[in-house]
Amino acid sequence: METTTKFSYYPGCSVEGMNKAYDKSARVVCEALGVDLVELNDWNCCGASAYMSIRELRAHLLSARNLALAEKEKKDLVVVCPACLTTLTKTNHYIAENPRLKKTITTALKAANLQYYGSVKVRHLLEVVVNDVGENEIKSRIKNSLQDLKVAPYYGCQLTRPFGEVDDPEFPTMLDKLLGWIGAKPVSYPLKAKCCGGMLMMTKEDVGLELTKNLLACAMENGAECIATICPLCHMNLEAYQDNVNKHFGTDFHIPILYFTQLIGLAFGFSRKSLGIDDELTPSKALLEKHLEVVR
Amino acid sequence: MPEKIGVYVCHCGTNIARTVDCKSVAEYASHLPNVAVARDYQYMCSDPGQEMIKKDIHELGLNRVVVASCSPLMHESTFRRAVSSAGVNPFLFQMANIREQCSWITENRELATNRAKAIIAGAVTRVSFNEPLEIKKVPVNPDVLIVGGGITGIEAGLQIADSGRKVWLVEKEPSIGGYMARFDKTFPTLDCAACILTPKMVSVGQHENIELLTYSDVIDFSGYVGNFTAKIRKRPRYVDEEKCNGCGQCEQKCPLSVPSEFDCNLGKRKAIYRPFPQAVPGTPVIDREHCLYFTKGACRVCEKFCPRGAIDFEQKERIVEVPVGTAIIATGFDVFDASRVKEYGYGRLPNVITSLEFERLTHASGPTAGKILLRNGKPPETVAIIHCVGSRDHNYNEYCSRVCCMYSLKTAHLVHEKTDAKVYEFYIDMRAFGKGYEEFYKRLLEEDVTFVRGRVAEVSEVAQNPSEKGKLVVVAEDTLLGIVRRIPVDMVILSLGLEPRKDALEVAHTFSISRSRDGFFLEKHPKLAPVSTAADGIFVAGTCQGPKDIPDSVAQGGAAAANVLSLIDRKEVELEPSIAIIDENVCSGCKICLGLCPYHAITFDEEKSVAVLTAALCKGCGVCVAACPSGAIEQQNFTNSQLLAEVEAVSA
Repeated sequence: METTTKFSYYPGCSVEGMNKAYDKSARVVCEALGVDLVELNDWNCCGASAYMSIRELRAHLLSARNLALAEKEKKDLVVVCPACLTTLTKTNHYIAENPRLKKTITTALKAANLQYYGSVKVRHLLEVVVNDVGENEIKSRIKNSLQDLKVAPYYGCQLTRPFGEVDDPEFPTMLDKLLGWIGAKPVSYPLKAKCCGGMLMMTKEDVGLELTKNLLACAMENGAECIATICPLCHMNLEAYQDNVNKHFGTDFHIPILYFTQLIGLAFGFSRKSLGIDDELTPSKALLEKHLEVVR
Repeated sequence: MPEKIGVYVCHCGTNIARTVDCKSVAEYASHLPNVAVARDYQYMCSDPGQEMIKKDIHELGLNRVVVASCSPLMHESTFRRAVSSAGVNPFLFQMANIREQCSWITENRELATNRAKAIIAGAVTRVSFNEPLEIKKVPVNPDVLIVGGGITGIEAGLQIADSGRKVWLVEKEPSIGGYMARFDKTFPTLDCAACILTPKMVSVGQHENIELLTYSDVIDFSGYVGNFTAKIRKRPRYVDEEKCNGCGQCEQKCPLSVPSEFDCNLGKRKAIYRPFPQAVPGTPVIDREHCLYFTKGACRVCEKFCPRGAIDFEQKERIVEVPVGTAIIATGFDVFDASRVKEYGYGRLPNVITSLEFERLTHASGPTAGKILLRNGKPPETVAIIHCVGSRDHNYNEYCSRVCCMYSLKTAHLVHEKTDAKVYEFYIDMRAFGKGYEEFYKRLLEEDVTFVRGRVAEVSEVAQNPSEKGKLVVVAEDTLLGIVRRIPVDMVILSLGLEPRKDALEVAHTFSISRSRDGFFLEKHPKLAPVSTAADGIFVAGTCQGPKDIPDSVAQGGAAAANVLSLIDRKEVELEPSIAIIDENVCSGCKICLGLCPYHAITFDEEKSVAVLTAALCKGCGVCVAACPSGAIEQQNFTNSQLLAEVEAVSA
């Protein structure tokens, strides 16, 4: 893009802890693309998906506070975590459709000297990169093409469900497209938008492990050399639980899991370190050396 | 003549009397200016109620009448007839709605009674300003246009033609027959669709009173009830219908095969073709898009072999203008596009097929000569039938398509009859509402079909155990067992819902009819006028009005025919008297009203630079009246003086 586009940036709590590399690579890539991410001042927990099922109103309040802060900035609010996307979008929808809830939230926000009119558009970074930045801009920045690296694009469930506003809810294609632009070969496999097990890994591990195993197996069977993720939780389940999956099912998965932002960063010629790739549990160095001209 | 107004307050059983003190309202009305008599009665619409009005007109010399009862939609015409038969112009009658707009909306008797008084005061004041209007009559052209040659249009056409009236039957496709011609068997009797349909098709083709225009569409429809003009575009077949005897030589000799739309692209047809052997008319068409002569400039093999010299590559599109008095729209439906439901894999997974494709597979003259086969040519060992694809689903269509449960049962029966496959049906609710339908369901239960009550979540090719390898796994929550089931099958048949046709909006515009929220054409009344529309003289029938099975479609075709014949036999129709009047001395010639009139009733007189109204076309909707910035248009029976008087009296 000729000029920089400014967005409010809502990192969410997971990328401040377990998934720092996602935040790191997102910031690096966005800077290169002229996407100016201005971190929302004083943001709080989004009210994440699980809390919403237990204390719905309070979860909406948490979410609404973030939206109220973002509204002051008069910019679209960009998130990297699809759970944050769903929660914030859900609150937006509920406020618009339910006048009683809106009234309660307005009263509560007033106590903190805040107000929310419902104008903030919440967007996932993937969608911003694909729709706002676009093919030409991305292709023009490629210094280190991924040279037919076979990547399984993994969307998880919350980017397109329940709202389905940015892509097909059951069979999204946005990430496939993006991977093609940076020189990779997106692998077509039927589970690309199926659940990774999510929070079940904590509460019902055997169910979670089975779902993750299915995903890994399906991606591998269809020829994937690595999996690209767009969600911190998916990323953690696929990566950190590979050992448990192997133990539980007697499998032997060693498949690198990379954030889509890391893959873009590599194609743009950034070093592995600057993209947080050294932090990973399933090493990708050998694979990347096979495909990339330069691996730094 | 001094005004002598009679006011009649109806109890409507307890509908009004429960919350309105009718006696005191009548007593109040009797003191209003010019009121000669005011009475209350239990049912004003009953014979004694109407007689009461007539008697008062005769004995007391009433010259204006107000009835306070229900909505004018309900009984205005009843009372207008009553006063008219007693010699008072029907437009000197005014209805006051104290039911829908008063007694039904509150439990508070005092409020309701006061409100009823105000409404009646308004009506009494207004009726003094009412003017007598004359109802004009115009003759009805007895010729009928029918759009759509499916089973509905065929039935309507034959009924009307058999009564001696002339029918213009317009069909878009090269042959009549519609969807029914593509079906194998029909539920619940399992009689062969072709066996019951083709005799009717032949009758249409041979009927002396039916002018059949296939491969044609109506591009313009103008005029008013009894006197319409249809502009019909007849696309060139490149085969002379007069000369062709349907011998089929041309089809045999044509060197080019392309996928057959009639067979859902599962089979082939030639570039010169009849969609199916029993097509009516039997004259083939040349598909210009594929024909070698039209695309490459050489071939003309059909021409060489035609024994009658019927091939005519020079044929041109023809526009026919036909005057008719009435029209029946029977344009049918589209099937839901299964590829929209990504999780069922249609278009991606080869052995996921649609119910319509199944009809062609199982049809004796279909692409597999009636054999039910997988893409690899082998018969399936297990088959799943998924109900409600595109129906009863907020993502696509909220409505139930009404036919899928029953044709899914028929599908299961045919699979059993023709293969050894085990059949699973996944349904949400089993809707077997018609005559013989529940019995048919019971029969299938006994035929050993496995019914799983649950909406299918997905059809997956991902095997989770060896028994699922190479199979299509149907995943659904079995809501009777309360468990998630994964059933591996060889073939999945998607029972598609019915949708409005893609061009429904265009057709609605052409004929000035409306559509309901679901996109189907809107009937005048869902129960009491199911085939009439808001446009007089234009009727709808069959699936273009909403999903229907064959018995209901045929019944509606017959109903529309009866409506049309009743109109024709009246010989003349009354025109709406409450129309707009343009005062050309006030009209500024701004033309705002021209674009707004939904009935194309207003034209522009360039010489005088004023808008001109064609009275016969005006339906009295009032749009132009409200829009005219100069106040040059008034609507009869809704004049400013009438409305202002009413408002003033109501709010006094």
